[in-house]
Amino acid sequence: MQPHERITASIRRANASGRPALVAFMTAGHPDPAGFLPALAAIAGEADVVEIGVPFSDPMADGMTIQRASQSAIAQGVSLRWILDRLAEHDGDGKAPLLLMSYLNPLLNFGYEALARRAAEVGVCGFIVPDLPLEESAPLGEALAAAGVGLVQMVTPATPPARARRLCEASRGFVYAVTMTGITGGAGGLPEGVADYLDALSEMSPLPVCAGFGIRSAEQVRMIGGHAAGAVVGSALVEALEDRQTDVAGFLRGLRGESV
Amino acid sequence: MTIEFSEAEKARLLAETIAGRLPDERGRFGPFGGRYVPETLMPALERLTEGMHRHLADPAFLERFRHELTTWVGRPTPLTEAPNLGRAWGAQVWLKREDLAHTGAHKINNAIGQALLAKLLGARRVIAETGAGQHGVASAAACARVGLPCTVYMGAVDVERQAPNVDRMRRLGAEVHAVQSGDRTLRSAIDEALRDWVSDPAGTYYLLGSAVGPHPYPYLVRELHCVIGRESREQMLAAAGALPDAVFACVGGGSNAIGLFHPMVRDSDVALIGVEAGGRGGGLGEHSATLSRGRPGVLQGCYTLLLQDDDGQVQGTHSISAGLDYPGVGPEHALLQSIGRVSYISASDEDALDALNECSALEGILPALETAHAFAGARVWARRHPGRRLLIGLSGRGDKDMPTLSRFPMEARHATA
Ligand SMILES: Cc1ncc(COP(=O)(O)O)c(C=O)c1O
Repeated sequence: MQPHERITASIRRANASGRPALVAFMTAGHPDPAGFLPALAAIAGEADVVEIGVPFSDPMADGMTIQRASQSAIAQGVSLRWILDRLAEHDGDGKAPLLLMSYLNPLLNFGYEALARRAAEVGVCGFIVPDLPLEESAPLGEALAAAGVGLVQMVTPATPPARARRLCEASRGFVYAVTMTGITGGAGGLPEGVADYLDALSEMSPLPVCAGFGIRSAEQVRMIGGHAAGAVVGSALVEALEDRQTDVAGFLRGLRGESV
Repeated sequence: MTIEFSEAEKARLLAETIAGRLPDERGRFGPFGGRYVPETLMPALERLTEGMHRHLADPAFLERFRHELTTWVGRPTPLTEAPNLGRAWGAQVWLKREDLAHTGAHKINNAIGQALLAKLLGARRVIAETGAGQHGVASAAACARVGLPCTVYMGAVDVERQAPNVDRMRRLGAEVHAVQSGDRTLRSAIDEALRDWVSDPAGTYYLLGSAVGPHPYPYLVRELHCVIGRESREQMLAAAGALPDAVFACVGGGSNAIGLFHPMVRDSDVALIGVEAGGRGGGLGEHSATLSRGRPGVLQGCYTLLLQDDDGQVQGTHSISAGLDYPGVGPEHALLQSIGRVSYISASDEDALDALNECSALEGILPALETAHAFAGARVWARRHPGRRLLIGLSGRGDKDMPTLSRFPMEARHATA
């Protein structure tokens, strides 16, 4: 199995056991770099897919929580290279497959070929790059594909249907359905029409569709599960990690509606 | 540390630039430019590109734009000879007076052009970022003129150092948001404006204020500012009987510079020189000299030169002038530098202050701190090339800088020069 297929398989496995996949997002090294691998182990033991955020100085698609997390991680010396080196020590056996979520510039600086090789080596199965639209994605996408690593495409409610179809076909791992026109971290609830939007996307996509942005509660995860293969929980989990009292595995079980 | 081209490749890219074939379909100036934005903004940028091409090719739109430039902005702006500076520098010095354009800087050319476009494209509201506040004031005025509500994002550091402009924006009806995230200067203001736009890509028009950002902005902003270079060229021929030997403009994002330079790229005998902010030293974070010291990367929608560390984190910058305090630069400047058609130098905070005082005392014109960098660069060049004809883009006036200037007491020495 290629690394990107591990992501798809994990989502399908969750669906086969009658529940939506839970995709958990954390900013690497936040709130403290020393806690990164233990937190990752706890999250990857519970979630179906883990997105690890590479901090960037100018996170233009992110709200306050992830901006704060990125800034604090950078200030504590977290970089793409640091993350890849730590991941080499992560024991991924029997755990959720990993993706890196990064703005383009840190990847560009690392060099695409070296990045693809190193990512595959340390068990990274895919990338999500929020400022890399399909039109500009060939150089990175091809370098990753050569190592079997997937580039996940994002679709939004503003995307016209013909374009959405192209994005679904180009995506690897899963299709990331952004629930709203907006930035991450929103607490204003999901927009009206999100169910129809996800139904239409799930219909056209050969890959599982996971919805993210603004998903914070078990109720929302359940609702999303009726219309998509999985739900991405980001800012809410980052906030839970910031509150060091929180039992992270319990928090994720709670999002699934299981008893904590 | 820009991209290296062979001589043949340089010649080809220069010819393409002169022929008006850049940016290409994908918004590329050679390798630079492009469109690196969240998917949410892609349809909005497609609509903007389509609408822009349609209206910029429409005589009715161009006539409306020309009419506003003439009757509201006050164009053409004069070309002023500066004989006292000329004597002091051993040169012939001419000034292109964008400080006399409505609202006091070149920014208004772009603001009114885009505001007209926003109205025609059916926008419900306009957002803008600003550094020095000049683009914010210009946007507020242009939006009042066309009848659209305007929200301006401005870094909290700049709100403080350009206070007079904040009050002007509010009086012109704009809502001003002091941005507290990031480095709280121009770059954070652009990040915040992009976040706003992502939240309402269909109803909101983003009136970007420099020749930066995703395609089509670098092209659109250049086209709206080229009036500066076209007028200058004609005025120089009429008043001096010849084109200048060298043309100077300050470079933040690069809008006044590209507007002045672009129409003269074809004039191979005219040296084009951009002046960046050298700040207070050469270390990362001490300056904003992107073209002199940057490496290629992607920031705020565009592949261009950036001030960044080895991990690709964009670095803090410093300049005494808010409008030059930016870690990126317009992609067309990155190209013009790499093919050797434009050279870029830098001037320190101190040199800019000194040049500002000199121009004020000798010619009775108080330039903006941004603009003063162009004077500082021109002065150095003039001393090395005696007896030449210089044209300086006087991009804006300095009234807005009084809070900063009052921290630096005048030296008497230029008063008697
Ligand atoms: C008077 C003046 N000149 C120059 C600039 C720098 O911008 P640009 O490089 O886009 O011309 C500014 C920006 O605020 C300005 O106000």
